[in-house]
Amino acid sequence: MAHDDTSGTDVAAFSSGADGVSNSAGRAVEPSAASGGLAVITSDALADPGVPPHRKRVTDLDPKKARTAQRTVYTLFYLSIAGSIFAVAAYMAFPINADDPGSVRLNTVFLGLGITLALMGIGIGAVHWAKSLMHDEEGVDIRHPVRSSDDTRARAVEIFHEGNVESGIGRRSLIRNSLIGALVAFPLPAVILFRGLGPQNENPAELLSHTMWKAGARLTLDPSGLPIKAADVTIGSAFHIIPEGLNDAHDRLEQKAKAAVLLMRVNPSDLNVSAGRENWNYDGIVAYSKICTHVGCPVALFEQQTHHLLCPCHQSTFDVDNECAVIFGPAKRALPQLPITVDGEGYLIAQSDFLEPVGPSFWERS
Amino acid sequence: MTIEKTKADGLVDGTADHPVGAPPTISSAPSARFTSAAANYIDERTSISAVVKEFGRKIFPDHWSFMLGEVALYSFVVIILTGTFLTFFFQASMAPVVYDGSFVPLKGVEMSSAMSSTLNISFEIRGGLLVRQIHHWAALLFIASIGLHMLRIYFTGAFRKPRELNWVIGFVLFILALAEGFTGYSLPDDLLSGNGLRIIDGMVKGVPFAGSWLSFLIFGGEFPGEEIVGRLYTLHILLLPAIIVALIALHLVFVVVHKHTQYAGPGKTNDNVIGYPVLPVYAAKAGGFFFIVFGIIALIASFFTINPIWNYGPYDPSPVSAGTQPDWYIGFADGALRLIPPHLESVIWGHTYSWNILIPITVLGLFILTVLIYPFIEGWVTGDKREHHILDRPRNAPTRTAIGAAGVTFYAALWSAASSDILATHFQLSIESVIHAIQAAVIIGPVIAYFVAKRVCLALQKKDREMALHGFESGRIVRLPGGEYIEVHQDVDEYERWKLVSFHEYKPLMIRPNAKGKITAPQRLRAGMSKWFFEDRIAPVTRTDLERQKSHH
Repeated sequence: MAHDDTSGTDVAAFSSGADGVSNSAGRAVEPSAASGGLAVITSDALADPGVPPHRKRVTDLDPKKARTAQRTVYTLFYLSIAGSIFAVAAYMAFPINADDPGSVRLNTVFLGLGITLALMGIGIGAVHWAKSLMHDEEGVDIRHPVRSSDDTRARAVEIFHEGNVESGIGRRSLIRNSLIGALVAFPLPAVILFRGLGPQNENPAELLSHTMWKAGARLTLDPSGLPIKAADVTIGSAFHIIPEGLNDAHDRLEQKAKAAVLLMRVNPSDLNVSAGRENWNYDGIVAYSKICTHVGCPVALFEQQTHHLLCPCHQSTFDVDNECAVIFGPAKRALPQLPITVDGEGYLIAQSDFLEPVGPSFWERS
Repeated sequence: MTIEKTKADGLVDGTADHPVGAPPTISSAPSARFTSAAANYIDERTSISAVVKEFGRKIFPDHWSFMLGEVALYSFVVIILTGTFLTFFFQASMAPVVYDGSFVPLKGVEMSSAMSSTLNISFEIRGGLLVRQIHHWAALLFIASIGLHMLRIYFTGAFRKPRELNWVIGFVLFILALAEGFTGYSLPDDLLSGNGLRIIDGMVKGVPFAGSWLSFLIFGGEFPGEEIVGRLYTLHILLLPAIIVALIALHLVFVVVHKHTQYAGPGKTNDNVIGYPVLPVYAAKAGGFFFIVFGIIALIASFFTINPIWNYGPYDPSPVSAGTQPDWYIGFADGALRLIPPHLESVIWGHTYSWNILIPITVLGLFILTVLIYPFIEGWVTGDKREHHILDRPRNAPTRTAIGAAGVTFYAALWSAASSDILATHFQLSIESVIHAIQAAVIIGPVIAYFVAKRVCLALQKKDREMALHGFESGRIVRLPGGEYIEVHQDVDEYERWKLVSFHEYKPLMIRPNAKGKITAPQRLRAGMSKWFFEDRIAPVTRTDLERQKSHH
């Protein structure tokens, strides 16, 4: 620890010598051994003129000003007391009324103002006191090298040496090495305990590869869960879709995080359909996973004019006309398409689950 | 602590030299008798006088920029105080409940207990919203002030020997502060923070080999699960704060061991500290400043809403609002994710490599690693093993300052990318052009900033040199008898001159063969780097320069 032998010495007293501080301070910090490296050491440097003469404050010179400052300080402290009382009063005077949302604002503002006044009164008062009235002649501390003295270092080495000799840790290598081994091994059970953070007997890759969608599952509206007819989907419209029964699932949010779908209808002639996907849309109605293939945000913004889907998190842009291929942004893979058709009653249904994992990429994915 | 010190202070004045047990001999007033008796009682059991003797008149130098670290410390105290209050009301559970509080638009909506209890803190408990907002604003100020404090340390070279390790501790504190911010931000389980966790989940899944398993470990199964809020809560209120408190303590111990740095100035040497003592001036100024920081945060929190989760609603993986962005301090990471060009993902031997995630993470990792080890790099280049307690003015270390400017520009470009969509809509630009412009800025911006900063530093150094030698332009125009007009230059006084000339100069390394007659590769590298650092330099004015200048006139 540092030790200050001249704690609090005033500069004036300290630099009473003709040349000021620099010369009288000596070379306390830099042991001669410390190399300056590439520093240019010159004997031709200008001399430090020493601490400039102290300038008195107006409160030191004019007792009237000092009295004003004193008045300001205690007024601020009294204001702080007033602020605290005001805050307590505001707590009672501005209760939160369940029927009146504005009461929350009044409670917050008046309570906050009282607390602010209480705090600022103390703070500004104390700082003003220090700056205008407290003794303002600067003092000097002498630095000492952080490095311990040679004696101390030698004694430290000696202590380690004695410890070594007395315990025999250097000599009895079997004891030492087995101890090191034991110390390395003992935290292992603690590490393995954290395996319990994840579920047992589940295969993540397997779970991530399937959603709630299955053949015949009706497309229902998010969040109401009402089924939707193909006839209700007009050209240019878009719907947020969840699988039928999702709202009753015990793991509703986990399923929704995979199964959320965006349903859009465009002019069938605008769609470029690749081989094998000809019957995945229904008369221009297409369903795509809503979970971004980048890091999984919902791709919720449909640009009606351009038929682009935009992810609001990182602006990956998908082209609905081209099977949601990525046309901009950090994502790589197209949004997976959900094959759909209609059932006998005209409701939209899934033909199957997605044929590839939805959402962000993962190691075992392909 | 302060109370004890005050009590003990009387003891120092009056009874320090008395043997233990001797009656105190100061004023006979009852209050003074009580004070000295209490001080004696405490000292006989704690040796507290030694602490007061050691620290009571310890000198701290004064400069506004030294407040930045103080702001960080005080906002952390505010965070602890308000956070403790919030824990009494917050329920860190994701168990679903149907909201039945007084915020009408969400009545009857299913949400987690975490969200519901956060709404209750905001709308049912008097002062709850105020405390929540103080907590959030204080957290923002905490991180901002740490960042500014680090910039101050960097640009003034305060990280040099013997303070390199304290730079590392401070850096770790900065990272922990970011972690505290993110974990706290995620606790209410609202739509916006849930999307943040979704992004974390997506990034974790992109980790080679273990990604999907790691995601399952973190979330206790499939995302979002019902575990994550409780786990983040443990990190947020127990583990991270405990580490932060320990490291802050260590950070401050080192400030005491090293004593505070000071700016160059007349009378200020590498061997002394000039400033005001802890008692009374710093106790009043720093203590008062805590209340000012707290007061300003309280004032902001009274009037400005922060994180209005009631507008976002509970987390649901399907909806999202346009213009989502994280709290500002995560912006640089989010921006890096946004800037990566399309289609960077590949499948090699049946396994997916998400370069669009791995590259930004690696770049950010290298960036913060550079920040972490910079003191050691500069120390190796200069080879300067002396202790440095006098701060550099940024201009007097042009290359360091230029590297810093480049780093700040790089960070700022990434950060602005986190608002790319907002920039596009506000300025009516296409999102593509905004992203492309920022992509260019991330690469070109730091280079431009480097050269501009370096030239500005050298120009300022030249101006300083001019001023030290020739004085400043007084603005007084004099007509000489011959009809010639000159402007009179007025010499700076010796104190002013000292500020302009007292800095270190370094020169590039001259490579010399070692004892074996070889020039090693590290030596070549060091020579190259020292040339890069110090080839362009302005020497401080010497006595000879000044005398020569005087004799010319």
